[in-house]
Amino acid sequence: MAQRISDEMIEYVGILAKLELSQDEKEQAKEDMEKMLDYIDMLNELDTSDVEPMSHVFLVQNVFREDVVEAYDGHKEALANAPSAKDGGFKVPKTIG
Amino acid sequence: MSFTSLMAVELGQKIKKREVAVKEAVEAVFSQIDRVEEKVHSFVTLDLEGALKAADEVQKRIDMGELTGPLAGVPVALKDNLCTKNMRTTCSSKILYNFKPGYSAQAVENLKSAGAIIIGKTNMDEFAMGSTTETSAFGATKNPWNLEHVPGGSSGGSCAAVAAEECFYALGSDTGGSIRQPSAFCGVTGIKPTYGTVSRYGLIAYGSSLDQIGPIAKDVTDCATILEIIASYDKKDSTSMKRKNMDFTSALTEDVRGMRIGIPRDYFGEGLNEEVKKAVLEAVKKLEELGAVVEEFDLGLVEYAIPAYYVIAGAEASSNLARFDGVKYGYRTKDDEELHKMYKKTRSEGFGTEAKRRIMLGSFVLSSGYYDAYYLKALRTKALIKQEFDKAFEKYDVLISPAAPTTAPKLGDSLDDPLKMYLGDIYTISANLAGIPGMTLPCGIDQSGLPIGVQLLGDCFQEKKIIRTAYALEQTRDYRRCPLAEQQEVRR
Repeated sequence: MAQRISDEMIEYVGILAKLELSQDEKEQAKEDMEKMLDYIDMLNELDTSDVEPMSHVFLVQNVFREDVVEAYDGHKEALANAPSAKDGGFKVPKTIG
Repeated sequence: MSFTSLMAVELGQKIKKREVAVKEAVEAVFSQIDRVEEKVHSFVTLDLEGALKAADEVQKRIDMGELTGPLAGVPVALKDNLCTKNMRTTCSSKILYNFKPGYSAQAVENLKSAGAIIIGKTNMDEFAMGSTTETSAFGATKNPWNLEHVPGGSSGGSCAAVAAEECFYALGSDTGGSIRQPSAFCGVTGIKPTYGTVSRYGLIAYGSSLDQIGPIAKDVTDCATILEIIASYDKKDSTSMKRKNMDFTSALTEDVRGMRIGIPRDYFGEGLNEEVKKAVLEAVKKLEELGAVVEEFDLGLVEYAIPAYYVIAGAEASSNLARFDGVKYGYRTKDDEELHKMYKKTRSEGFGTEAKRRIMLGSFVLSSGYYDAYYLKALRTKALIKQEFDKAFEKYDVLISPAAPTTAPKLGDSLDDPLKMYLGDIYTISANLAGIPGMTLPCGIDQSGLPIGVQLLGDCFQEKKIIRTAYALEQTRDYRRCPLAEQQEVRR
C-alpha cells in the first residue's frame, strides 16, 4: 500500500475542507483515504493520453444572459435562516484579532 | 375505505370522477402513516396541516375545472434534498436541521401547478451520500419488506414510503443510483432521466454534473406520468436542456417487437447473487417471448466507473458543500469566538462521517499536485465510459441488467466498510457518468422475501424506449404489495 497520506497531508486536507478533526478522526481519515486512493489507482491501467477530460456529457455552451438590473425584494427571506443577523446583514464573529 | 394500494394515476382518475375527495386521499395516507411510520421511518418531516389546507384549495380548483391533470389532488412525498418553500429541508443532515427554504425547487413547483399535495419530506443518506439511508442524521429508514434490512439509498425514505403506501408517489434524486437501487430494494419503480431533463434548481447539490431528480412510484404508468409533469426547460438551471421527446406517457404500449436489447456480459459476472441473476434473466426471457431481439455483448470499462465516480462526485461535493459554514443558514457551533474557528467547528460538528469522508477525498483530488493525476484522470475515464455506451447504443435500443448485485442488505452490514458499500453501485453508477436515462422495476422476490429489481438503460433522450420496454415487462407480472402494507389491511 502506497503511503501517500502523511500526517501533514491530512492537516492540509483539513484546512482545504475546513474541517477540524480529532486525533482518532485523523487516523481513520488517513486509513480511509489510503484505501480509496489505492482503489482509484485502478484508473492508471487505462491509457488516456489522447482523451480530453469530459466535464459535461453534452456539448452545451455556457449560458449567458444580459446583465439587466432587476428589483429584488428577497432580503428578508435570504436572512430568515441566518443563525445570526444584524441590520439587514449576516452577522459573523470578529474576523481581525 | 382503504385505497392506499391504488396507483397514483388510478387515484387521480377517482378524484376526477368525484369518487374520492382530495381530503379523503390525504387522510388515507396519514392514517397509513400512523400505522406504519413508527416501524419504517420513511419521513423526516410530515405536514398534515399543510396537506389538508392544500387539499381544500386543490379540490376547489378541480371542482372549478381549473385542474384537469392526471395527478391533481394526489398526495406526494419529496426527498428532503428538494427545497420546499417554508417547509423544513434538511438533507438528513444536522448542518441543515432547521433550514426552511425561501423558495421551492422547480420540479416541486411543476408538481404543485399540476395539483400535487405535498405531505412531507423523506429520509435519505446525508446529502445523498450513501447507499442504505443509514447515514441520515435522523436515524435509519427500514425496508418495509423486512424491517431488519435497509431500504437502499440514498432515496431510501422515498422508496420505503411508496412501498409502505405512506404516499402515492415520491420524488427522489439519483447521483450514482440513488433512485434506481432503493427502488429495486423496496419493490417499486423509479426513473433517473437523461441529465438536464428535470431542472436541478432547488435540488441541494451533491455532484452537480451527475445529479438528476426523478419519479418513484408503484408502476411504470405512474412514473411516466410524473416525469412528464416534472420535466421542463428551466433558465434557472444552466445545465437544463431544451429537449424534445418528452411525451413519456405515449410510450406506455406493450409492443416491444423488434426492440434490440443488449445484455452487458460484464454485469452478470462475479459478485452477482444467483437469485438476482436468475430473476433478471427470466425478465430477459419474457421480453424475448414478446418479440424483443436479445443479444449478449461486452460493454467494457465497467470496473472503472466506480473509481472515476468517487473522484468526480467527491470533487464536486467538496465544492458544493463549502457553502455550509454556519453563516447563511443551518447549524452554527456554540464555540464561535473567531470566524475561522467558527467555520471549522460548525462543519466538523454539523457533517456526519460519510459526508466528511467524501469532502476530504474531494478536497484531496482537487488539490494542487493531485488535480491532474486524479481529477482530470477521472474526467478522461468518464469520456471513455461515455464512448462505450455510445458504441453500445449504436447496436441496441435498450440495455438490461440487475439494479444491484444483491437484494437489500441487513441494517448495519454496510457501514463498516465504505468501499464495500461503494461496490454495490456497480450497475447503476455509469449511467450518471454517461448522462443516460435508467429505470428499475421489480422482477421477482428472493427466498428471504426481498424484492429483486431489473434495470433498463437507454441512450440519451431515449426514455421512451425504456418506458416502453418496462411497460411491456410489467404486464407480465402483477404488482406485489409489501407484507407490511397487506398486513395492516387485514388487521383492520
